Amino acid sequence: MSAPLLQVRNVARYYSMRRGLLGRPVDVRAVDGVSLTVERGKTLGVVGESGSGKSTTGRLALGLEKPDAGDVLFQGSALPALGTAEWRKVRARMQMIYQDPLGALDRRLSILEQVREPYDVHGIGAAKERDALAVKLLQSVGLRADQGERYPHELSGGQRQRAVIARALATKPDLLVCDEPVSALDVSIQAQVINLLVDIQQELGLGLLFISHDLKVIRQVSHRVAVMYLGRIVEEGEADLLLSTPAHPYTEALVSAAPVPGRRARPRIVLQGDPPNPAARPSGCAFHPRCHAARERCKVESPALLPLPDGRLTACHVAHDQANFLKAAS
Amino acid sequence: MSERLDRFGSVETPLVDIRGLTVSFDGVKVLHGIDLSIAAGEAVGLVGESGCGKSVTWLAALGLLPKKASITGSVRLDSTELIEAKPDVLDKVRGGRIAMIFQDPASALNPVIRLGKQVGEALALHRGLSGGAVKAEAKRLFDLVGIPDAARRLDAFPHELSGGQNQRVMIAMALAGQPDLLVADEPTTALDATIQAQILELLGDIRRETGMALVLISHDLGVISQTCDRVCVMYAGRIIETAEAVELFQQPLHPYTQGLIAALPPLEGVRRRLDPIEGNVPEPWNLPPGCAFAPRCPRHSEACDAGVPPLAMKAQGRFAACIKTAQAQSARTSEFVFA
Repeated sequence: MSAPLLQVRNVARYYSMRRGLLGRPVDVRAVDGVSLTVERGKTLGVVGESGSGKSTTGRLALGLEKPDAGDVLFQGSALPALGTAEWRKVRARMQMIYQDPLGALDRRLSILEQVREPYDVHGIGAAKERDALAVKLLQSVGLRADQGERYPHELSGGQRQRAVIARALATKPDLLVCDEPVSALDVSIQAQVINLLVDIQQELGLGLLFISHDLKVIRQVSHRVAVMYLGRIVEEGEADLLLSTPAHPYTEALVSAAPVPGRRARPRIVLQGDPPNPAARPSGCAFHPRCHAARERCKVESPALLPLPDGRLTACHVAHDQANFLKAAS
Repeated sequence: MSERLDRFGSVETPLVDIRGLTVSFDGVKVLHGIDLSIAAGEAVGLVGESGCGKSVTWLAALGLLPKKASITGSVRLDSTELIEAKPDVLDKVRGGRIAMIFQDPASALNPVIRLGKQVGEALALHRGLSGGAVKAEAKRLFDLVGIPDAARRLDAFPHELSGGQNQRVMIAMALAGQPDLLVADEPTTALDATIQAQILELLGDIRRETGMALVLISHDLGVISQTCDRVCVMYAGRIIETAEAVELFQQPLHPYTQGLIAALPPLEGVRRRLDPIEGNVPEPWNLPPGCAFAPRCPRHSEACDAGVPPLAMKAQGRFAACIKTAQAQSARTSEFVFA
């Protein structure tokens, strides 16, 4: 078995932040020891609230930021240094799609010119054929050739995101990092783009790292799911298992808080308090101030991300105690 | 007229009665005659995609649109007409009888004025309080909306609070005038999932306590479904379906509503390929001749292009603007919905 497509090993990213003009700089741990694996043709969904470090994890995976600890392996070898020719070559095989397609496109270039650009930058195909290649690409994401002549503001949000996806596919990448790719789109268009991403994945065997705050979207596209809270993964496992029977109380609260039409009577777990400030991380388990199951131990001892008998990983003392108890009882 | 009252299933004198409300910007019509009544204490959801007119309806009703918008129709609050009402009438209604909160609390609050003072302003204006009474009432409101350590938070600035807490401040401010109706325009869209659950819970609690009516504007069918008694689905400037929330989500009648629900990824059960609604929402200056949804509709036929379908009763308490949706004695026993 060859190396997995992408391996993120124990990466951490700290930012220095100053509170006020004269305040002491504080280290903010945006990402704190995260390990992930993305396999070819599979999707790993990363879900979490704002400030959980999910976007930073995506940027670390692409080498857009240098980790302060840990490393990132792409097809078994470490990412080359940022900005080198080597790095550019590897980067052509891993692409990113952002939330806001209008921000990701150049407003003064036509769609076709922008989709053609990667061919020019990476010297793919003969110069004369590149327009034809770009048109083909546009058609593969459901845009018409004449729409290639238009400018970003002339397209709708969904069409723009299609153009961004086409551009990302130009270099025939093996890995796509999608950071909230459908969050800015209307429901009916969101479904179009999700289907497109799933189709493309099946056709090209892409590995996807799919970052979103929306559990429903995550479940739709992901084979595995990682739940992040305050810079760490608190639960990771097979998508259906994780979302149908969450083991970590935070995952449970997220699933319960997800608004699903027509399920009004269901009791909801409403978490108290705000997501904590990454600059003032609670002691022990970072989730314990909001956790309904928290015990004394959770306040002092940070739980490790360990496997449960069903194969998923969970960082929760209570879940592991329960699993151990069941094991001892049987 | 009596038919209309039946249509919305509301009592004889609704709290707010919107009739034939239209809005145009530079000659382009974006709202094509909205009829909607809100009964006292009722929670009504307006759902639709961007540009469908769900926010414009209420901005127009409250006179919050820029001058270039031309508005026709009628919006009555009890017996007061709000369209083209004098500023002093509107000043009493806005914040006093009808309050509104918006998606982004951070930009709705003044960043350089302490929160207590901002809430106090509303109290002084609408309740005529002054001095110590303002402070005491502001603290009571902060407690009511669940802001921890309320006394100290009154002296805080908006940037010192999280987005969820700022939205609570906005709700406190909206409650300051003891309104009969709160219009919440995407109140949780900018918030995290767990905070969204908190705010929705809070809105429900407040409604139970004060008997205030709520209009919740959202693109999120799930949020609407959990919060509202009755739902209006909007498309291209018109209400195309309205029903009790439970019935609407169990058995959507209009093909657009059906499409919206089918396009949502489920959170449980078998994963299936999503059924997106093909195509895009038409531009307001380029609407199709008949039903605005016809070009994207799986049940489209030539008759659909002949004229705009009226919002007609299809079953008891069920209204849909679709000529392809059959009449039924009762929506519960009929089979036609998923045709």
